[in-house]
Amino acid sequence: MLTALDKKLLQEIADLHGEPPGAFNIRKDGEGIERRSLEGIEIIPKKDQPGIDVIVAPGKEGTVHIPVILTETDLSDLVYNKIEIGEEANITLVAGCGIHNPGKGNAQHDGVHEIIVRKGARLVYTEKHFGEGEGGGKRVLNPKTVLVVEEGAYAELELIQIRGVDETARVTEAEVMAGGRLVMYERLLTDKEQTAESDVLVKLMAEESTARIVSRSVAQGSSSQKFYPRLLAFGPGRGHVECDSIIMDQATVRSVPEIWAENSEAELVHEAAIGKIAGEQLIKLMSLGLTEEEAEEAIISGFLK
Amino acid sequence: MLSLENISLELEVEERIVSILNDVNLNFEAGKMYALTGPNGSGKSSVARVAMGIYKQTGGRVLYNGEDITELGISERARKGIGYAFQHPARFKGMPVKDMLELAFKHSDGYNCKVLRDIGLCPDDYLERTLDNSLSGGEIKRIEIATLLALNPKVRIFDEPEAGIDLWSFEQLIDVIGNSHRKDTTTVVISHQEKILNMVDEIVLIEKGTVSMRGSRDEIWPQIKESAECSCRKNCRLEEDIYADCPR
Repeated sequence: MLTALDKKLLQEIADLHGEPPGAFNIRKDGEGIERRSLEGIEIIPKKDQPGIDVIVAPGKEGTVHIPVILTETDLSDLVYNKIEIGEEANITLVAGCGIHNPGKGNAQHDGVHEIIVRKGARLVYTEKHFGEGEGGGKRVLNPKTVLVVEEGAYAELELIQIRGVDETARVTEAEVMAGGRLVMYERLLTDKEQTAESDVLVKLMAEESTARIVSRSVAQGSSSQKFYPRLLAFGPGRGHVECDSIIMDQATVRSVPEIWAENSEAELVHEAAIGKIAGEQLIKLMSLGLTEEEAEEAIISGFLK
Repeated sequence: MLSLENISLELEVEERIVSILNDVNLNFEAGKMYALTGPNGSGKSSVARVAMGIYKQTGGRVLYNGEDITELGISERARKGIGYAFQHPARFKGMPVKDMLELAFKHSDGYNCKVLRDIGLCPDDYLERTLDNSLSGGEIKRIEIATLLALNPKVRIFDEPEAGIDLWSFEQLIDVIGNSHRKDTTTVVISHQEKILNMVDEIVLIEKGTVSMRGSRDEIWPQIKESAECSCRKNCRLEEDIYADCPR
C-alpha cells in the first residue's frame, strides 16, 4: 500500500499519479513492494542478490517503470538490476530514485544497472533523482549504469538530478556496436554544500557507431561538480561531447572531457564551457518585466530543459 | 509620453571615462512614430539604453507620462510600458522560442503563432526551436522583433530592426512595425534605412552624442540624404533592371 509520501516521491521522479501504466516494479526502503509483469515484459526478482531482471521479448513495444523510493533514515540500499531489451523492441523505461530522509542519519541508494539493447531495438531510458527531508541527514545516490548498444540499436539516456541530493557519484559505461546510436543527456543542479561527480566512458566499437553526450549543469551555493566524459573510438565511429556549466555564488566546477581515437576514420569532437549567466541574457528578460531573480530562474530552467 | 531631459552619459571604456551622450533632450509623444538616425557610434543605441534603464545616465532625467522614472531599473520600466528590441539579441541555450514569447505575452499560443507569422517565420517550424547558435543572425533578429510585438508595450524601441534581414523580409518588417503602431503607442526605430525614415512622423538626427537636428521627414531628409544614402547607389541604379530593389 502506497502512502501519500510514497505517491509524492513517485510523482517527483517518474511523473506517476497512482499505479504506473504498463509493466512496473516499485522498490521501497530496500524491498520490492509492488510489481506487474506483462506478456513480453517480464520483471523477475533476483534470487541471489537484491534487484530485478527486466526481460523484454523481441519486437515488444511498451513502457516500464522501475522507481525506487527511500523514506527512512540510516538506510543504505544496494540494488543490482539487469535490463534486456529484445531485438527490434521499442521500450520507454523510467527508473529514478526519490529519497525522503526524515532523520539525522544518511539515506543512501546505490543502484547498478546493466542494460543490453539488442540488435535493432530502441530504448528511451529516463533516470531522475530527487531528495528531500527535514532532519539534516544526507541524501546520497551513487548510480552505476553499464550499457551495451548492439548493432543497429538506439539508446537514449536522460539523467536528471535537480537539487535535493547531497552527494552523488555517477558512473556510466557504454559500448556501442556497429551502426548503434547512443544519445545521453545529463542535467544537473547542485546547491548548498552538495557534491556531484559524473564519470562517463563511451566506447564506439565499430563502423557507424555514434554517440552524443550532452551535459548541462548549474552549480549554486558552495556546491561542487566534476565531470569526466570520455569518448573512445576503436573503429570509424563518430562522437560528440558537449559539457556546459553555469557557475554561480561560491560553487566550483571541473570539466575534463576526453576524446580518444584508435582509428584514423574516427571523428570525435568535444566542447566544454563554464561561465556565469550572461549579463545580456538577464537584461533581455528584465526588459520583458521580469525581476533579476525571475530572469535568473527562467535562464536556468531553460538551460536545464 | 517619454521624455529625456538634459541626458548626459559617460562610460568607462578601457579604464578611460568616455563621454557618450551630452545634453540630449527628446520628447516622444503618444501615437507618433520616430526614427533615430545618425552615423555609427553617434549614440543612438545609448539613447535607447538610457530610456530602457540599461545604462544609468550621468546626468539628466527620464520622464514617463510626467512621472520621474530616472531611478527605476529595467524591470520596473518594462512593467510601466517601455520595451526594447535589441540590436544584437542575446542567445539562450536550451530555451525554446515558445518560452521566450510566453514570457513576453503570458496568454494564448495563438498570439505567439501570430507574431511569428507576422515577421515571416512559420510557427510550426520555430516554436520549439531553441534560441541558441542553431538559429541564424536573421532568424534570431526576427524572433527578437516578434518578442517586442508580443510584449506590445506603450513605448516600443526597435534598434536597427533591419540588420541581418533579407530584402523580402525587410518589406514585411516595415509593414508589421507600421501596422502594429496604435494611437496610444509610441514607436521609435533606430535606423539608417530610407524606407523607415519615410514612414515616420519625425526624424531625429544624433551626431557626436547629441541631437543635432529633428523635424518632419520633409524637413530633415533633404539635409541628411547625401550622407545617409548608399555611395554605390548610382551604380546600382544603372543596372536596376537586373538588381533587386535597394534596401535603403
